[in-house]
Amino acid sequence: MSRIERLLPRRHLTPVSPNATPHDNAPVSLGRDEAPAIAVEDLCKKYRSHWAVDDVNFIVPKGWTVGLLGGNGAGKTTTIAMIMGLVVPSFGRAMVLGHDMATERHKVLSRMNFESPYVALPGRLTVRQNLMVFGRLYGVANLKARVEELIEDFELGDVLDRVTGRLSAGQKTRVAVAKALINDPDVLLLDEPTASLDPDRAEWVRSRLRAYQKRRGATVLLSSHNMTEVEQLCDFVVIMSHGRIVAMGRPGELAERFKCRDLDEVFIYLARVA
Amino acid sequence: MGSSLNRIAAMTSRYYYILRSSWLRLLEIVYWPAMQMLVWGFLYTYLYQSKSAMASAAGLLLGAVLLWDVLFRGQLGFTFTFLEEIWSRNLANLMMSPLQPFELAASLMLMSLIRLVIGTLPVMLLTLLLFSFNVFAMGPGLIMFFLNLVLTSWAIGLVVAGLVIRQGLGAESLAYSIMIVLLPLSCVYYPVEALPLWLHPVAWSLTPTYVFEGMRAVLLDGTLRTDLMIECLALNAVYLGVGFTTFVALLQSARHKGGLLTMGE
Repeated sequence: MSRIERLLPRRHLTPVSPNATPHDNAPVSLGRDEAPAIAVEDLCKKYRSHWAVDDVNFIVPKGWTVGLLGGNGAGKTTTIAMIMGLVVPSFGRAMVLGHDMATERHKVLSRMNFESPYVALPGRLTVRQNLMVFGRLYGVANLKARVEELIEDFELGDVLDRVTGRLSAGQKTRVAVAKALINDPDVLLLDEPTASLDPDRAEWVRSRLRAYQKRRGATVLLSSHNMTEVEQLCDFVVIMSHGRIVAMGRPGELAERFKCRDLDEVFIYLARVA
Repeated sequence: MGSSLNRIAAMTSRYYYILRSSWLRLLEIVYWPAMQMLVWGFLYTYLYQSKSAMASAAGLLLGAVLLWDVLFRGQLGFTFTFLEEIWSRNLANLMMSPLQPFELAASLMLMSLIRLVIGTLPVMLLTLLLFSFNVFAMGPGLIMFFLNLVLTSWAIGLVVAGLVIRQGLGAESLAYSIMIVLLPLSCVYYPVEALPLWLHPVAWSLTPTYVFEGMRAVLLDGTLRTDLMIECLALNAVYLGVGFTTFVALLQSARHKGGLLTMGE
């Protein structure tokens, strides 16, 4: 039994096996023969003597938006990095669209994309050049039309020929999200997508992400500290602390389970208990 | 294959955009080789006009400086183009895209070649105009020397890029310093015979030695040592294989270590 499990009342923990499925009234149900978009099985990552991720299990069915929550150092970014295949697990595996990301990532990378504040787009290239370069890397058909579409969707027309490094934080985020959608990904990984935006712009980006998810039926795994954002965007939430999953469920369901008013309170409660 | 070429073209265009975006960067590519050539060119002129015993060595000196610069700038062009990805914190974007390691390496090689042509061609012409030293008089030998030196520079560039991925920007200084190790051992300015006997096998294990011995044969005897060039090409094939394998292994090691996502300034 983990330290968290010992601290928390048993009823506060949802099952964390790979077979754990969210609520019945989910937007898309997982077919019996259908591989989930993301399957994380017994995932562990050890850096020297520190377990950054410790026995994490969850699945994300196709078409779902799942929030990965936790305080600083909870293991969210490492988990996402293993799902992207940028970090090789010490134990267990992360599967995306049926492919092990440690060994078969090249089979699936063209169907994925991501956005993270840890990663920047080349600052010396203009917005147009960046979108064109990444579009070609992802082998996007009708690239010019796709870029025009994104320019319109993300209102990038006035910054299109400006050097990306000289844009404001908000403009950079819009460009980064546009880049993340350039290949119409089936699986989208977002690490704090609205962290540097004012509430108005953050809501604007969220609306674009929602529209994309709805139109494409994409699977989204989202890491965020913004609970309002998570409540608005996510069908399901996985909360991590000290490298382990401490709770998971639908946002409203979690609040009810922990006898809290909202997800913000759940987050604070779990952070303190952990 | 088509999509692979498309990704190589995408990466090359990305580096070309950077190069094009700043005239200072373009100037820098020409500036250092030009300044170096001026210094050695004046020394060449002085030795040539002095009618001393050193006069016959003057041409060798200038030829060696020019060819050494091909090796040095080729490696710098490869490594600095790669370092752009680290400085701009873009490596994770690339590693998350369908770009394969060999495609990244190919685009870096192409860019190294472009930078090399921009940097060395004007300098070679400058040498001809200012000092009447015609490096093109080496004929087809020059092409062989150039090809072999460029291949070596790419092999070394691959290892340095791998070390930067594995160790982070702490390994950045290798970009400047690693070639200096080769300078005394690859007999740039003197024949292999000048080295102690026990260092001969070391010298002959280094590809630049074959090129500089070949250059001396062309300039002193007027003969192109094709045997040396073929041996050098074979050795370069091994070097490139080892370089690419090291690059991939260090990349894989970085994936285990977990530094790819946060790598940057």
